Amino acid sequence: MADAAEAADEGSAGFRADTRAWLLAHCPPEMRDPVLSEADVCWGGRNARFGSPAQKAWLEAMAARGWTVPDWPAEFGGGGLEPAQAKVLGQEMAALGCRPPLTSFGISMLGPALLEYGTEAQKREHLPRIARGEIRWCQGYSEPNAGSDLASLATRADERGDHFVVNGQKVWTSYADLADWMFCLVRTDPANKHGGITFILVDMATPGVSTRPIRLISGYSPFCETFLDDVEVPKENVVGGINRGWDVAKYLLGHEREMISGMGLRGRERSLGRTAVAMLGLDDQGRLDDPMLRARIALYELRAEAFRTMSERFLDELKTGKAHPAQPSMMKYAGTELSKQRHELEMEAGGSDALEWESLRSNGGAGARAWLRTKANSIEGGTSEVQLNIIAKRILALPEA
Amino acid sequence: MPMFLDDEQAMLADTVFAFLADTAPVAHMRALRDAGDATGFAPDLWRRMSEMGFTGILIDEEDGGLGLGHVEAGIVLEGIGRNLTPSPFLSTAVGAVSALGRGTRAQRERWLPGILAGKTVGAIAIDEYARHRPHMIGLRAERSGKGFRLTGAKRFVPLGHVADLVIVAARTSGADAERDGVTLFAVEKGAAGLSAAADRLADASLSARLEFDRVELDGDAAIGEVDGGRVILDHMLGALRAGAAAELLGIGAEAAERTISYLRERKQFGRPIGSFQALQHRAAHLHVELEIARAAVLKAQQLLDEGDAEAARAVAVAKGMAGMATALAVQEGVQMHGGVGMTDEYDIGLFMKRQRVLAEMFGDTDFHADQLARHSGY
Repeated sequence: MADAAEAADEGSAGFRADTRAWLLAHCPPEMRDPVLSEADVCWGGRNARFGSPAQKAWLEAMAARGWTVPDWPAEFGGGGLEPAQAKVLGQEMAALGCRPPLTSFGISMLGPALLEYGTEAQKREHLPRIARGEIRWCQGYSEPNAGSDLASLATRADERGDHFVVNGQKVWTSYADLADWMFCLVRTDPANKHGGITFILVDMATPGVSTRPIRLISGYSPFCETFLDDVEVPKENVVGGINRGWDVAKYLLGHEREMISGMGLRGRERSLGRTAVAMLGLDDQGRLDDPMLRARIALYELRAEAFRTMSERFLDELKTGKAHPAQPSMMKYAGTELSKQRHELEMEAGGSDALEWESLRSNGGAGARAWLRTKANSIEGGTSEVQLNIIAKRILALPEA
Repeated sequence: MPMFLDDEQAMLADTVFAFLADTAPVAHMRALRDAGDATGFAPDLWRRMSEMGFTGILIDEEDGGLGLGHVEAGIVLEGIGRNLTPSPFLSTAVGAVSALGRGTRAQRERWLPGILAGKTVGAIAIDEYARHRPHMIGLRAERSGKGFRLTGAKRFVPLGHVADLVIVAARTSGADAERDGVTLFAVEKGAAGLSAAADRLADASLSARLEFDRVELDGDAAIGEVDGGRVILDHMLGALRAGAAAELLGIGAEAAERTISYLRERKQFGRPIGSFQALQHRAAHLHVELEIARAAVLKAQQLLDEGDAEAARAVAVAKGMAGMATALAVQEGVQMHGGVGMTDEYDIGLFMKRQRVLAEMFGDTDFHADQLARHSGY
C-alpha cells in the first residue's frame, strides 16, 4: 500500500510540475492580476465582450486544453482530469494568481445537470460550447409568486405536437439581457405540484422572449424580469423527462449553492485586517489603530479561515461521493452569511470614505455597491432561512411542524 | 491528504468510541466526582488505555510507539470529550510526548516506556497568569553546579499534584517577555522544593498550582537547547491546542446530538418541540458551526502531521473555532433542555462545565484571534 501511495504521490508531483510549467507559459501576465471589477470577469457568449486581448487569449488557451472545465470528460470539451488532478490544477492556479479563464452558469450549474440528466445529443450540442465559452446561459427559476416556495411556479408549457408553447414570467434571472440561452423550469401539469414541473432549454433569440433589467439597491442591474409570450420550444430541449424537472432542479440547486457559498470567499482572500491597516494605520504596538474593529475583524478572519477548510472538505467529499446531499445548504448558509459580515466590516474600516457613491476616488462607489450586492447572497438560490429548514429536516431529522 | 478520515482512521474511531462509551462513560466521571476522588482520574483506566495502544499514538516506532499522528490522537480526544472521561491523555500522551520526542535518547528512554505502559502521568506547566500568556515566562532557572535551580510559580496545571513528570517552561535568561531565554525542563515527582496544591475546578477536574522553591535539577533535565526552548514549547503547544480542540469537538458534538434527540422526544403543546421553527433554525445553525469547527480541527491535525509551515496558523484557527462552536453547543444545549438542563441529574450541564475549562486551556478564541491578527500584520 505504501508503494501505491508513493507512486501516486510521484505521479501527482509530476503533474503538478507540468501544470505549473504550462500555466507559466500560457497565462498572460495581465491574467495574473487580481480580479478587481466585473470587467475583469470573462463570461463568454455569442456577444462576448473581452476586457483585453489577454483575456481572450487566456480563455482560448485554457479551453483548448479543456481546463475551463478540468473535471468534465474530454469528449465534451473538458480536461478529463481525476479529482485529485483537478485539485492540483486549482491549487497551482491559485498559487500563481491565475484568474479563472471563464465564469459562467453553464459551467457551474447547467453543465453538471446535463452530465447527469442530459441526452447524448444534448451533451454533444451544449457542453463543448459551454466549455469554450461560446454560449452564455441564464437560469429561469424564480417567478413573482414563486420565491422560497419555488415549486409553486406557474409559467405554463402546453404540448403542441413536436414542441411546447411557453407562457409566463420569470424574475431574478441573472444577466438574462446578456444571455444566449436559458435553462428554465415550466409547469407541464397543473394538478401535480412537484411532479408537474419540466426542465427545458430555451434559446433567448426565440420570438416571444423578452427581458427587462431590474435596478437594485446597489444601483446595478444584474437581474432581469424575463417574459415568455407564446414561445415555441422543441421537445428535444426537455432535460430529464417531462414532469421530472424538479429532480434536475434540486440537483442543480446544489451546484448553485456551492457556487454562491464561495462568493467573496474565493481562494486565499486578501486579508481584511491588512486592508483596514491601509485605511486606518497601526498603533505603537503594531496593531490596527482601532481596537474594537481589530477584534471583530480578527474573529471574522478566524471564522472565514475555518470556513475555507470546510469548503475544502466539502469538495473532497463531493468528489468521492461522501457528501451528504443537503451539505450544499450548509455551505451556502455559512458562506453567504460570512460574505455579508466581511462587507459590513469593510464598510466600517472605510468610514465615511466608503460611503461615497459616485466619486472617482471611490471608483464609482465600488465598495458600497459591493456591500449592497452581498445582501442578495443570502436570498438568491434559496434564503438562509430555507437552508436552515433543509438542514433541520434532512440532516438533523427534526420533525415536521 | 483528502479532508476526511481514511479507512484505518475510521476504524480507530469506531474502536475508541466503543471502548470509552463502554468503560468510561459520563457515569464514570460522575462516580469519581461523587466519591470525592483526590487523584483526578482512574489509574486502572489509564493502564487499559495504554493496553489499547492509545498512549503510544504519538510516540515514534523506534521508541516503541505506534508512530501515528495528530489525526489519530485527536480521535482518542474526541472520544474523551464525548464521554467527559477524566484522563491524563492530553497532558501526557500529547503534551509530554511532543516535548520528549524532541529530547535526547536518554530522556526518551527515561520517560517514554512508562507512558507506553500507562504508568507514568505527565503534566504541563506553562501558565503563570489567570489568562494564557505563554509569551510571558517568569519562572527562573539559574545555573547551579552542574544543573539548574528553579524558583517561581505555575498555575492551571491539570493533574500537577499527582504527575510523575512535569514539563516546565522556565526562563534561563532575559526578561519575562523575551522570546529567547526560555528552556523546557522535565521535572520528576518528589523533587525537593516542589510543592503542588490541587484545586477542584467547575468541571470537577483537579488542577494544581505549583510552587518551585529552589528546586535543584541536573543539567540533563533540560529538554532541547538551553535558552532556545521556545521552539519546542511552540511545537508542544501546537500539539496541545490541536488536542484540546479535538476534545472540545467531542464535547460539542455530543452535547448537540443529545440536545437534538431531546428536541425530537420532548413534547409540549401536543407536539415535539423540535417541530418548532424557532428551535429548528437554532439547531441547524449550531450544526453548521460544529461542522466548520470539525473541518478546521482536521485541517490543523493534518498540517501538523505533514510538518507544514502553515500548521501553527491552522491550529490557532482550529482552537479558536472549536471554542466558539462548542460554547454555542453547550449553551444552546442547556437552554433547549429547559428546566432539566439546569439540574445536576441531567448530563448536559456537565458538558457546559467541561467546555468552559477546555476553552480556556492553551488559549481561548480571543487569544487565538489575536495571534492570527498579529501573524497577518494587524
